[in-house]
Amino acid sequence: MTVVREIDVIPFRNRIKETAAKMGMGLVNQTKLITAASELARNMLKYAKGGKVLIEVISKGRENGIRLVFKDEGPGIPDIALAMKDGYSTGKSLGLGLPGTRRLVSEFNIETEIGKGTTVTIIKWKNG
Amino acid sequence: MEKIPILKMGKLLLVTIQVDLYDRLAEALEADLVQMINKTGAQGVLIDISAVSIIDSFMGRIIGNIATMSKILDAETVVVGMQPAVAITLIELGLPLTGVYSALNVEKGMSLLQGKINLKETGFIPEDDGDTE
Repeated sequence: MTVVREIDVIPFRNRIKETAAKMGMGLVNQTKLITAASELARNMLKYAKGGKVLIEVISKGRENGIRLVFKDEGPGIPDIALAMKDGYSTGKSLGLGLPGTRRLVSEFNIETEIGKGTTVTIIKWKNG
Repeated sequence: MEKIPILKMGKLLLVTIQVDLYDRLAEALEADLVQMINKTGAQGVLIDISAVSIIDSFMGRIIGNIATMSKILDAETVVVGMQPAVAITLIELGLPLTGVYSALNVEKGMSLLQGKINLKETGFIPEDDGDTE
């Protein structure tokens, strides 16, 4: 799914909600996942003028989950460790986006290359 | 662009957010509310978020801003009806919304606001929220 305008986040959030509801994910985990996705989508819009998000249902053993891959072709993040710190922001935000997102999901991975872009992958297990 | 309506009820302003929030809409609400407080001299703002299923750091910050700005304009803000899943998520996200009064539903929120306004009018000045810095 492409997210290039601010208004795109609404259908995007709805799509995740549908997917999560269909697999029977509880409301709290759904809310955490959608909130995390909303943070990452905002980052993508703000720093990279948008990007693409892949939404997939995955399973590991008997556990099902949703994996979201956020891929942008923005400027990249010079210092990931710093960006992952609570309260750090180069923009005017609270700096909760990345560290907060990591707390809300089961698995979190970020890869970035200066000048090429950033890919953030998150997984939320149905019961995790 | 859509707009979130602000209703005036006596000394209070009533906002019911019935749509999915996105950044610009939340920012517009912030600006509209502050203007309305200024125009009407409202002493309290009640924001019903019972229909809001997602509050992320940006929207959370806007809610905090609204409360702070209203306070400077001599109005109290109460947020009512937060869904439990939203509350859990906000805390894990790291946004405890300190300084924002909340109530379980509109009725309780109204009486909380009314109580605060009465206190003010009877001349009793309530102490600060206790956050001393």
